[in-house]
Amino acid sequence: MEINNETAEKFKKDFPIFQNSKNLVYLDNAATSQKPKSVIEAIKKFYENSNANIHRGIYKLSERATAEYGNAREIVAKFINALPEEIIFTKNSTDSINSLAYSISSIIPYGRNEILLTEMEHHSNLIPWQQLAKRENMKLKFAKIKNDFTLDMSDLREKLTDKTAIVAFSHISNSLGIINPVKEIVELAKQKKILTIVDAAQSVPHTKVDVKFLGCDFLVFSGHKMLAPFGIGVLYGKKELLERLPPFSFGGGMIKKVSYENAEFADLPEKFEAGTPNIEGAIALSASVNYIKEIGINNIAVWEKKLAKYALNKLMEIPGIKIYNSGNSSGIISFNLDNVHPHDVASLLDGQEIAVRAGHHCAMPLMKKLGISGTIRISFYFYNTFEDVDKLTESLKKIAEKFK
Amino acid sequence: MEDNFEDNMYKEHIMELYRNPGNFGELKNPTHAHTETNTLCGDEVTVHLIIENGKVKDAKFHGSGCVMSMVSASLLTDKIKNMGIDEIKLLDRDDVLDLLGIKVNPVRLKCVLLSLYAIKNSLK
Repeated sequence: MEINNETAEKFKKDFPIFQNSKNLVYLDNAATSQKPKSVIEAIKKFYENSNANIHRGIYKLSERATAEYGNAREIVAKFINALPEEIIFTKNSTDSINSLAYSISSIIPYGRNEILLTEMEHHSNLIPWQQLAKRENMKLKFAKIKNDFTLDMSDLREKLTDKTAIVAFSHISNSLGIINPVKEIVELAKQKKILTIVDAAQSVPHTKVDVKFLGCDFLVFSGHKMLAPFGIGVLYGKKELLERLPPFSFGGGMIKKVSYENAEFADLPEKFEAGTPNIEGAIALSASVNYIKEIGINNIAVWEKKLAKYALNKLMEIPGIKIYNSGNSSGIISFNLDNVHPHDVASLLDGQEIAVRAGHHCAMPLMKKLGISGTIRISFYFYNTFEDVDKLTESLKKIAEKFK
Repeated sequence: MEDNFEDNMYKEHIMELYRNPGNFGELKNPTHAHTETNTLCGDEVTVHLIIENGKVKDAKFHGSGCVMSMVSASLLTDKIKNMGIDEIKLLDRDDVLDLLGIKVNPVRLKCVLLSLYAIKNSLK
C-alpha cells in the first residue's frame, strides 16, 4: 500500500504515544522510533501467556516460549533474506559490533593488519575497531568524505589493499543521512578477500536490506530503531563465517558438552547466545517486522524520500540555514542556523513540542572535520507527515528571526 | 507561538543579554584566568579576573557557545565583582539559576554552569 499524507497520519493512531502527547512532532527517529500498539501487545502477550525460559524446560510452557523465540528468529531472518541460523540476537548494533570485534581476529587472513572505516562512522562503528587495533597491533584507516559529504569512492578503492583485513562502514550515515553504495563496496572488498561489515542501524528500519543481494559478510542493526523495544538487536553473519568465528560470550545455552576443564560449543545460532536471551525482545522484534511488512518496506522508503524532498525545499527557504546534505538523501537531514547554537534551536523547538536531535550525533571526529560543534538533525519515519515538516519549518523561521 | 517561546528559557531579558553581553572581552593583566570547555557541545568560556586583597576588582569573559552558557557567564562575572574568594567558592547551581531568573531544562544545566566552573577553576 502506497503511503500518502493521509495514511501516514492514520499510522499515528497505531502509536499510543501520539494519543498521549497529542501535539508531539517526533522527528528523532534515527535515535529511536516510537512503538506501535501491536509491538507493545506482543510483549504483554508473551508474559501473560508464554513466559518461561527457553531450551531447557521439559514442559509445555517452555516449549511454547522456545517455539515463539525460534519463530521470531525466522521472521527476522526472512526480513533481510538470511537463514535463521545466521541471525544472532544481541542487545543492539553497538553490542553486535563489539561482539564481532572481540573475536573477529581469529578469522582474519594471515598477514593482514589494516582496518578500513569511513570518516562518517557513528562512534559505535569506530571505537570497537580502535580497541581491536590496539589489542592486535593493527592499523586504522579512514576512507574520506567529499565536499558534498558523500563517500570518496576513489579514496576508498585506494585504501582497500592486500593488507586490509576488514572494511566496516555504515549503510546510511546517522549524522548526515548519506546513503553509501554497499554492494559496490562489498564487491571491491571481495576481490581482495577483505571481510565486510555493514552498520545497517539506519537502513534496515527504512529501506529494503537483502543480505544475499548485498553480499556482505556481517551486518548489524538495532530493534529499537524499527518499532521494537530497547535491548534487542541483530548480528547477521554468513553461515560459513559464523561457523568459523569463535564465540564471544560464554556460559549456559551455548554448549553441547561441558567438563570441568573444557566445553564443546553448540551449533549456530546458540553458539553465540550465552545465557538467557532477551526472549520477549526477540518476539517483539518479530512483531515489529510484521508491522513493517504489512506497510511494505519499499513503501516506507518511498514515503520518507517524499518527506525529505518536501522538507529540503521548505528548509532552504529559511534565512541563514546551512544544510549538510548531498541530495542523495535518506530520511535524515542535518542542518544549522547561522549564529544559533544547535542546542538553542533544539530547546526552542522543544518548547513547541517538536523533538529533534542536536549535537554531535555520536560522530565527533566527523563534526570536527566539518568544523562545527554539532548540527540539528531531523529524521523521519513512515508516520511523519507534511504537517510535521510545516510545524518544524514555521518554528525554525521564528527562531531565525529571534536571533537576527 | 511567540507566547510559547516566552514560556521557556528564552525570555526577552535573556535574549537581550545574549545579543549584548556585559563583561564580554579580555582583561589586560588578569591575576586569574581559566578556560572551561564542554566537549559535548563545543562550548568554551574563558574568564579573566583581577583579584586584589582577596577581592575581585574586575572580571570579564569571552568564548563561544549557546545562549545559556553566554548569558550565565555575563551575569556571573557581574555578580562576582567585589566578592571575596571565599564567597565565590560557595556559589552553586542555585545561585546561577537565581541570576538567570528562568526555569532551565535539566539537559541544559551543563551549559548554565560552564562559567561557574571556569571561575572556580581559575581560583584553584
